[in-house]
Formats: sequence, C-alpha cells, structure tokens
Amino acid sequence: MADSAVAVETQGLRKSYGDVQALRGVDLRVDAGMVFGLLGPNGAGKTTAVRILTTLLQPDEGTASVAGFDVAREPAQVRQHIGLAGQYAAVDENLTGFENLEMVGRLYHRGRRASQERANELLADFELDEAGGRLVRTYSGGMRRRLDLAAALVARPPVLFLDEPTTGLDIRSRIGLWDAMEALVAGGTTVLLTTQYLDEADRLADRIAVIDRGLVIAEGTPDDLKARVGGDRLEIHLCDGRRGEEAIPVLAPIASEPPSADNGVVSVPLHERSGAIAEAVRRLDDAGITIDDIAVRRPTLDDVFLRLTGRATEQEEEAEEVEAR
Amino acid sequence: MSAFQYAVSDTMVLAKRSLKRIPRQPDLLVGFTIQPIMFVLLFVYVFGGAIDTGPLDYVDFLIPGIIVQSMVFGGFVTALGLAEDLKKGLIDRFRSLPMWGPAVISGRILADVGTNVIQLVIMFTVGIIAGFRFDASAWEIVAGIALLLLIGYAFSWVFAFIGLSASSPEASNAYGFTILFPLTFISSAFVPPETMPDWLQPIAEHNPFTAMVDAARALFVGTPAGNSIWLAVLWSFVIIAVFSVLSVWRYRRAVGR
Repeated sequence: MADSAVAVETQGLRKSYGDVQALRGVDLRVDAGMVFGLLGPNGAGKTTAVRILTTLLQPDEGTASVAGFDVAREPAQVRQHIGLAGQYAAVDENLTGFENLEMVGRLYHRGRRASQERANELLADFELDEAGGRLVRTYSGGMRRRLDLAAALVARPPVLFLDEPTTGLDIRSRIGLWDAMEALVAGGTTVLLTTQYLDEADRLADRIAVIDRGLVIAEGTPDDLKARVGGDRLEIHLCDGRRGEEAIPVLAPIASEPPSADNGVVSVPLHERSGAIAEAVRRLDDAGITIDDIAVRRPTLDDVFLRLTGRATEQEEEAEEVEAR
Repeated sequence: MSAFQYAVSDTMVLAKRSLKRIPRQPDLLVGFTIQPIMFVLLFVYVFGGAIDTGPLDYVDFLIPGIIVQSMVFGGFVTALGLAEDLKKGLIDRFRSLPMWGPAVISGRILADVGTNVIQLVIMFTVGIIAGFRFDASAWEIVAGIALLLLIGYAFSWVFAFIGLSASSPEASNAYGFTILFPLTFISSAFVPPETMPDWLQPIAEHNPFTAMVDAARALFVGTPAGNSIWLAVLWSFVIIAVFSVLSVWRYRRAVGR
C-alpha cells in the first residue's frame, strides 16, 4: 500500500449523467480502521461515489484512491483490497447461501477447499449456518442482506464499502445487521458506509460527511455535527403549563442563550451539561414551580440534517424563483 | 496461476453457476427436456402425415430441422440470466471482484454449450425412437454435430445481446420468442419451402436458418448439400462477429452508469 494510514481518498470527484450532475467535486478522506458514514438523501450522489470507489464507474474528473491504489489506473489492485455490499443484496437466488459464498471465494481465486471453509465460517458468523444449504430465494430480506454482507467479507478485505446496507429492512433486521457490522468494525476493517438513516450513521460511524446534490456540505464526528446545530439543551416539562414565562428568568443564569417556553415546556440552551439538571431543579423548587419531567437533550442528526440540507434546498428554490421572474 | 488460467477458472465457476439453476427452476427444466420431446412427437405424429417431403420420410426431414431450432433457442437462458443479473445487481458484485470480467458472459455461453449437448442427446434419442435414421458416414455426423454446436454458440451471443438490451428478464423472453420464433418457421426446418406461397418462398430460401437446416440435413441424412454447409458456417461466424461486438458494447453501456 502506498499510504497505509489513509484507506480512501478522493479529490475533486465529478460525475455527470447527461444533464444531471451526480457529483460536483467531492473530496473525502477516510483513515484506515475508521467507519466513515456518507449521509445524504436519495439522489445525493452517495451510490455514484461508491461505484467510482469500487471501480464500477469512471469519474469524469478528479482522482480517487483506495488502499493506496488509484481506482482509474490500478482497478485490479483496488478490487483485491475491497469488499462491496449494496442495497440490492446482490446474491444469486438460485444458489444456496453456501454456494453463493463459495462462488465468490473462487472468483477471488481462492482454492476450492479454502473457499468452502471460508463459506462455512461466514455462515456461522452471520447466523446463517442452518439456512446455508437452502436456496437464497427462500430467505427473508434480512437474511439476504446478511448473506450479501458475508459475501463482501469473503476475502477479508481491508476496505469495505456498504451502500445503504439496511435500506428497506424492518427495524429488527436492521438492528441485527448493525450488530454484525459493529462486530466487523471491532476487527479493524475500514468501512465506508452510505446511508440515509441518521441513527445508522450516528450509531456506526466515527466520522460523517453529509452529502447533498453531489457536494459534501458538512463533515465531522457525529458530535461535531450535532454541535453545529447548537449544544445540549435542557428540556423541562412543567406541571402547570401556564407558568412557562415565569420559569424563564429563574433559569436564565444557567443558560447560554435566553431560554424559551412553549405550552409549559421550557427549553434552556446549556453551556455545560454536567450539574445542569440539579441546578435547574433547585432553582425551580425555590421559585415554587413544580416539574413534571426534565432531561438534557442532545441534538439528533435529524436536526443537523434538516438544518443543513433544508436550508440549502430553500435557498436553491428561492434562486430558481428569482430567475423565473 | 497465469491470467489465462484465471480466465478459464472464472469462466468455469460461472458456467457451473448457470447450470445449477436449471434443475432448480421447473420452467427451465421443462424447457430443456419435456418441450423438445413434445415438439418432436407433435410434429412427427400430428403434422407429419400432412406434409409431403418427397422421397424422405418426414421424421428424417424433421429431426435435423427441429434440432437446429432447439440449438438456436438453447441460448435463451443466457438472455434471461444476464437480464436478471443486471437487474439484481449481481453484475456489480462480479465487477467489484478481482475476476476476469468477460467471464460474466463467457461463463453463460459455456453453460449454453453444455445444455445444448444435453438437448442434442435428448432429441436424437427421441428422434430415433420415433423412427429417425442417420444416413451418413461417421465423420459427416461428427461434422454435423460440430456445426449444430457452432450454431448454438452463435445464437448464445444473439441472446446475450437481447438479455443485455432488454429492460427486464420478461422482456428479453418476449423479444427472443416474437422475433426469432417466426423466423425459424419461415425456413426449411418444418416444411419444404416449395410448398409456401410464392411471395414467402424467397424469404424462406434466403433465411440463414434454411442454410443451417439444409446443412444439418445433408450431414445427417445425406440430402444434397449444395453450398448450404459453407453458408451455414459463414452465417454462424457472421452472427458471432456481429453479436459478440454488440453484446460487449451493450454490456459496457449497461454497467457504465
């Protein structure tokens, strides 16, 4: 590997399909051993980015390297070092789970015996050992995704691409798949995960890039991104909904910005979360205001996402309206 | 292993995969076994008595023709399979692996050659039970079988192109059968072209299927070959040349998005 510390790097990646610009200059850097989440809505360019990084597609402009190899100039070496699992669960329905994994092993040019052993190992790892001898067309959606993920791991690739691995799955199957991915990550594999589910990125990723309309619009750790929307907030539900205004001056000294009240729910932006609950309870108690419920709320990635992409969308629509006039 | 050995081994792995699906899909299994038997029996016993093939028994006339037809359609599994692989994203998985890329197509086509051999055995067996007799030297029969496999190989490329162009597996099936099926009938495969209406005869006579069927008939039952054998070989190579290029082009286009 040219640079073992950086698993994936792109510079100025652009790709258009006719008039549609899928990527408009994407720069990414994923350090080895990290789970990197590429978060964005449908059509943001996530899948295009993954297809370029996995050598399935040539970029129009820009460069990309995976495991130290250039995807355009050294695709064969890139393919030796990657695994790909996708939203389509690309497994052969007319083969058994075991046969699918064995076939992939053979196509990585492992011997027959080695391919079969690895297939059995993976079936056990993904709790498919009982279903391994059954045709995949009898599998549930969650089982197919697990098999797809297992197929991506046949060659123990150092870099794994998961393109919306849980899209369309029910919540139980998603949680099952998350557990499997977490176990994987603990083993030190670098993972680039695309998702439109914020909780998924929040739970699995060390770093997140938010992508919208072919551009990375924000990047950082999940905590960084949440901090951009504002820090922690204290949310207090009062027993008497009419006393919200009364509580504001009481809580102002512990707030970073003026608190607000809405129907007996008081929201207090915080400088410092530690001790905030105790202090708020004491102050409200002294003022004779009773509390129904109190909690520190961290902003969710949903808040981040709506704020980042929601604003962008509005601005663009405004611009279009202006042009139309 | 060398690059060539990888190419061979990848092709074999994917050919095995294509063959495995046949017994697992009842419609395919019927298509490969019951259907050809049924066609032979229907034509010999139902239509045979009404079709005048001169000095040649109808069963001897029919068997080379119907076998050419079955070789032509042997590749339809390729069309279905490729269309399905594209739709379901399996092609993407294969392309992300360090395998020999063209094996996606060559594996299918090798599997077709395998199924064509099985079909040949089934149809000759049924034909012989129904009264078909070879009237040719051993080398002519061997040459005839080689020609049949060449024809089957050529049409595998046609079906590969159809599979890569169709929007869905169902559509590829429809294209295959609405375009090719009538063409195989407007030929010398089932009736002598002389019995067709005047306007249809020139089409039947210049139909490549006619050259292929006449060649097979000459090699198996000793009818006059004319230039049909060379024409059949030439047509096969032309089809391979044109449709392999078209298929690779469609493949690149289909995956390049």
